[in-house]
Amino acid sequence: MSLTSRIKSLLVAPALDEQINKIRKPIGSLGYDPWGYNNESVKIGFSLARLLYDRYFRVEAHGVDKIPEKGPVLIIANHSGQLPIDGVLIGYALASREEKPRIPRAMIERFFPTVPYLGNLLNEFGAVLGDPTNCAKMLANDEAVIVFPEGVRGSGKLYQDRYQLKRFGNGFMHLAMKYKATIVPVGVVGCEETIPAIANIKPLANMLGVPYVPLALPAVLPAKVYLNFGDPLFFEDGEISEEEVTERVEQVKAAINEQIDKGLSERKRLF
Amino acid sequence: MTAKKTTPNKRPRILVTGAAGALAQQVINRLRDECDLVAVDFREQVYLGDDIPSYCIDFNKRVFEDLFRRYEFDGVIHLGRIQSSQLTPMRRYNANVLGTQKLLDLSHKYGISRVVVLSTYHVYGAMAYNPALIDEEAPLKSAGLTMDLVDSVELENLANIYLWRYPDLNITVLRPCNIVGPGVRNTISLLLASERAPVLMGFSPMMQFIHIDDMADAIVLAYGKKTRGVFNVAPDDWVAYQRALSMCGCSRIPVPSIPPAVTSAILRTLKLKSFPSYLMNFFKYPVVIDGRSFAREFNFKPRRPLKEIFRYYRENKRPV
Repeated sequence: MSLTSRIKSLLVAPALDEQINKIRKPIGSLGYDPWGYNNESVKIGFSLARLLYDRYFRVEAHGVDKIPEKGPVLIIANHSGQLPIDGVLIGYALASREEKPRIPRAMIERFFPTVPYLGNLLNEFGAVLGDPTNCAKMLANDEAVIVFPEGVRGSGKLYQDRYQLKRFGNGFMHLAMKYKATIVPVGVVGCEETIPAIANIKPLANMLGVPYVPLALPAVLPAKVYLNFGDPLFFEDGEISEEEVTERVEQVKAAINEQIDKGLSERKRLF
Repeated sequence: MTAKKTTPNKRPRILVTGAAGALAQQVINRLRDECDLVAVDFREQVYLGDDIPSYCIDFNKRVFEDLFRRYEFDGVIHLGRIQSSQLTPMRRYNANVLGTQKLLDLSHKYGISRVVVLSTYHVYGAMAYNPALIDEEAPLKSAGLTMDLVDSVELENLANIYLWRYPDLNITVLRPCNIVGPGVRNTISLLLASERAPVLMGFSPMMQFIHIDDMADAIVLAYGKKTRGVFNVAPDDWVAYQRALSMCGCSRIPVPSIPPAVTSAILRTLKLKSFPSYLMNFFKYPVVIDGRSFAREFNFKPRRPLKEIFRYYRENKRPV
């Protein structure tokens, strides 16, 4: 028995196997899609994510059913916590919901594909290089895509800037309009406290060719995480100026802020 | 341009280049019943039956033009691309770029009305930032990434210039993914057929494979419909490189993948024909092309699934 099969038999219960198989994905004859998603690997990833979601971060998710059961969707959230834990938790919330689960795709930093093992592993779990062409092709495939428009500005933010949204790129709005994708705003509360960083060691980051190197405890703290999904937003396509696109982006940003405030008010303690 | 006499119900006469290759022979077998074929190859003369004249000719030699005078071709199927693993860069440039230019010049001069040119997906180049499902409009980055693929990109540029300058040639450029199957001698086919194949540690890029029979069908379909342009040819199916190797029964030999200079030095020292250093990034980063445009335009549907392809390699570790 190969190592992968052994891990799978240990982690993946038959019910989960069946549950993932039931979720429709545009995959080829060997279970892969063009971006490297693999149905069998996702089952292992799902089991590991469940441990993080239920046991470690004890996630409370509200409103995940607001994500449409089919059609192109952009799940837009605030980014935080140095590592893409927020993406994993949002993805799990949607993949494990009782009614019409979906396996969403998360757009990841351009740096990850260059990292041995990790790059391929993330791809197999459904993460995709954050490139507009990839996002466009996936929306055309009716996928649900998780996007963090803050990018590294969000994930690398310091603890002192927690829950302050950084600048959003406009790219996601153009794609949402073009592909008539529903936007679902999500407020993530708790991930800021998982790896609180007090500084970014820029020279070391430049030397290693990575976006940032946080000065933080070498551990992921078990902060309790709240995910609040807002009401779906639709934006008509049309010839509008970039200024108007930015206004629409601000609307999404405001919706996310509202969900963050909701999460913060729900939270009784950090851990 | 020489005006050509057209006779009704005349069998089309087609020049097929690269006749020594397995793909060209498959194409010839599909067309020989309905067309008069003339086969040429840069490398060797091959016997293809009494009905098909076969020549070993350097396209840059003047005698090549005699074939056009003698046979009055209607079309050209140009499959005679020297692969990057063959010959020296200079000879490759002469054959692929200058030879193709000569071929296209003669095609124009002798009023040929259909040209199909075989290119490769390698022209897109392999890099970490490649999106998946690359369209035909994407920039051809490989020339900037490795000098060994310059001639492949130049061949395409040339075909594109002639495509727009001489619309009567009706040029179609095909950019297939990895062509594999019985008789194929390219780098990826050698790898799949081997007992042990190198892999870069921690990297298993997505790949696409098309069976030689399907590719031959695609070329014949393309020849039959005069749609000019550039088309990717690939099935809607994908597999990770290392998974493909294990399905072909190959043991994987890990090669250090970082830093890239070390990997490159190792591969240059090993000088493996099936794993050349300049193709290193194709075993590291995915180059997944979108073949849907060709499938739609030419009504193409590959018939050999990946499992069948890999079964052949698993059962034939010394393929024909």
